[in-house]
Amino acid sequence: MAALDSVKTALTKNIRQSGIYIAFVLIIALFAVLTDGTLLTAQNITNIVVQNSYILILAIGMVIVIIAGHIDLSVGSVVAFTGAVAGVLIVRMDLPWWIGVIGALVVGALVGAWQGYWVAFVGIPAFIVTLAGMLIFRGATMVTLGNTQISPFPDTFRNIASGFLNGVLGGDGYDLFTLVVAAAGVAAFAFSQFRERRARQRYQQDVAGMPAFIAKIAAVALVAMAFAWQLAHYKGLPVVLLVLGVLVVVYSAVTKRSVFGRHVYAIGGNLNAATLSGIKVKWVNFWIFVNMGVMAAVAGIVFTARLNLANPKAGQNFELDAIAACFIGGAAVTGGVGTVVGAIVGGLIMGVMNNGMSLLGIGIDYQQAIKGLVLLGAVAFDVYNKRRAGVSR
Amino acid sequence: MDDNILEMRSITKTFPGVKALQDVTLKVKRGEIHAICGENGAGKSTLMKVLSGVYPHGTYDGDIVYDNEVVEFGDIKSSEDKGIVIIHQELALSPYLSIAENIFLGNEQATRGMIDWNKTNSEAAKLLARVGLAENPITKVADIGVGKQQLVEIAKALSKRVKLLILDEPTSALNDADSEHLLDLLRHLKGQGITSIMISHKLNEIEEIADSTTIIRDGKTIETLDMKADSVTEDRIIRGMVGRDLESRFPDHTPNIGAEVLRIEDWTVHHPIQHERVVVRGANLTVRRGEIVGLAGLMGAGRTELAMSVFGHSYGTGITGRLFMDGKEIHARTVHDAIKHGIAYATEDRKKYGLNLIEDIKRNISVASLSKISERGWVNDNEEVKVAEEYRASMNIKAPGVTAVTGKLSGGNQQKVVLSKWIYADPEVLILDEPTRGIDVGAKYEIYTIINRLADAGKAVLVISSELPELLGICDRIYALSAGRITGEVPRAEATQELLMQYMTKVKD
Repeated sequence: MAALDSVKTALTKNIRQSGIYIAFVLIIALFAVLTDGTLLTAQNITNIVVQNSYILILAIGMVIVIIAGHIDLSVGSVVAFTGAVAGVLIVRMDLPWWIGVIGALVVGALVGAWQGYWVAFVGIPAFIVTLAGMLIFRGATMVTLGNTQISPFPDTFRNIASGFLNGVLGGDGYDLFTLVVAAAGVAAFAFSQFRERRARQRYQQDVAGMPAFIAKIAAVALVAMAFAWQLAHYKGLPVVLLVLGVLVVVYSAVTKRSVFGRHVYAIGGNLNAATLSGIKVKWVNFWIFVNMGVMAAVAGIVFTARLNLANPKAGQNFELDAIAACFIGGAAVTGGVGTVVGAIVGGLIMGVMNNGMSLLGIGIDYQQAIKGLVLLGAVAFDVYNKRRAGVSR
Repeated sequence: MDDNILEMRSITKTFPGVKALQDVTLKVKRGEIHAICGENGAGKSTLMKVLSGVYPHGTYDGDIVYDNEVVEFGDIKSSEDKGIVIIHQELALSPYLSIAENIFLGNEQATRGMIDWNKTNSEAAKLLARVGLAENPITKVADIGVGKQQLVEIAKALSKRVKLLILDEPTSALNDADSEHLLDLLRHLKGQGITSIMISHKLNEIEEIADSTTIIRDGKTIETLDMKADSVTEDRIIRGMVGRDLESRFPDHTPNIGAEVLRIEDWTVHHPIQHERVVVRGANLTVRRGEIVGLAGLMGAGRTELAMSVFGHSYGTGITGRLFMDGKEIHARTVHDAIKHGIAYATEDRKKYGLNLIEDIKRNISVASLSKISERGWVNDNEEVKVAEEYRASMNIKAPGVTAVTGKLSGGNQQKVVLSKWIYADPEVLILDEPTRGIDVGAKYEIYTIINRLADAGKAVLVISSELPELLGICDRIYALSAGRITGEVPRAEATQELLMQYMTKVKD
């Protein structure tokens, strides 16, 4: 009986966790068919990645905020503000591009510390603090820019968003370097999976059988290499994809394996229990917001570099896209649940749908409404699953 | 024939797995003040909830005869329509509405949907005069003290033309002057023909005011005492409350007691919101190595408050007093510090304060000791599984695996997870607050065995419990707490339920 139950639990749990990935694949397949394959062309794939990169970067920070049971409405304004700081430093003051980048990151961290202070140490709900932040930093952007736009940026800075790493190793009609990087990534993934499996075996835990294990790695390798092949056919490896990839790997590890990550989940799952377990809740909350500020700065740099423009109106509604990505990706409104990879997939689902609907010539009006329905549907699916799983409270 | 306003006949109420009330009979005469006494969990509040319709007709067995007719209440509203009003221990007032608005909440004085403020406020003023509360009806409830809020509740009851007033622990949150005023008011209302039922732990008050007293124990009516006819004393009531045999529900244990580990001196704690209210007053307490010490006290005596304030000031404000571990004074102002100094506290409310219910067993066990299974800030997942598996085996946690979500476990298994968490934290002192609440008998025995094992391993254990037999069954020494003071300290050999109950109901030296 117990064994049967455990199989059942594992199954429902897996469906719940992988539901979002299945939906992602189905959506890609749907639009690939509807657009006669245009969706999966080299150029379009590159576009999807670059166009959505800043939302995805925001989603990484946002999912941690949401797991801890908070929300951040200010990130759109912080994107604009940090972009403005980079603009002033690089264009107006004519400093090297990397000083602009560092300046924007520092300002992002300070913004996060400011908001974290009010949330963590004064105890004002994050909704209020970041709603205020949304106004404050929008205003600060306008002041910084003097209500005008700043452009153009030097190529060195623009490369962060629009640049490609290519031609380093040559290649005939395709970029060998991109393929090598992808292959290295796949090899690293396989190696870490193998090491984890070995460690689990050492601790005498159940592991998947060798054929299943190899099939899983082969599947990942196949998708990754196919993706890289398409990129290599176009302009090569976008710099921003490399940035995004590193962030995903690092933050997946932080949320899954670090003590800090554990504390974030504990706080979101039951604040009282976390406090009574000796977790320094205030400091954890503080650092969560500092991190969010830094991520908003990264997104601000990428967005500014991509548009080649620091603009007082930049980043509007970004917070909503980032929050939606997290919830579509399985994060819970009540906190305690969510993953970085889920948020990324949630963001990509929206990105693919935007792109696919644009290719089909569906107007922006319908696009908005459809995106709204997807968000509602994803969360409804989550709520339904939880109710069926019977987890109370 | 007696003129009874209320007769509850063989009321039986069952919750899943628990018989909360069994064949309870209650007869209340018209115009009297009737007290109900019993230990925590005896079933007093459940009985009152049956009476007031919180548990609607059909969810219990038995009859309620009120005003000479059988009544079947579907909800609170229908009992209130008949003039039965219950005032709960936790007052149900809306703090940011005015006194008048609270009095007429749900019963607004309106004409054609618009509230008649003149009528609301003037009627409220009349009601306030009846309860002897000299406050302006437009004052916000948040701006008056608890004693006055209690009076507002009674005024609210009067506005509903109450005939039978039920008060659940009305004076537990009040100071002496306010309590006295409340008791006077009850006498005054009695003069106006209003019958009152009062649940109380304060035996001196019962002796002072009640016309008759019904004692409930383990969900059964024990007896009804006529407070005038018999020469009923507090001792007589206590005997009724505790008269129960100690069964062999406890594992044998020979203590091996060593040096003192925890000492609390002159510990005083104030209420976190009502700063002037003293919750724990000048408490002194010691626990030695290998010793299981009990902390007895009725609801509101300040047991949990004492324990949590010691555990890194996690309850209360204005905490004064000294705390010693192994003879050295320590200052543990945060939970983190308290754990570092070797203190652990397992909460009485495991769902609200003890567990992350959406998380699995292994992560709940490791959460207070992540430093033990991590290196440079990175958690070793495999070590975590190993540790959790060890505890699953040694504590006999019944679950499909350590990745089972704790929210789905039974109460007893949840409690074992909480205990595992704190045992893994390897403290010197373990404070266990109601460790067997809501747990079936078999699991209780297992918990007792675990507690004994901890003492044998040289830990100092402080057990808080509402069940006196439990304390007598497992503790080597028992402190009694009453109204924030430690009123007695009894070694195992001398401890009886009667003696403890005397200390627990003692109001002042």
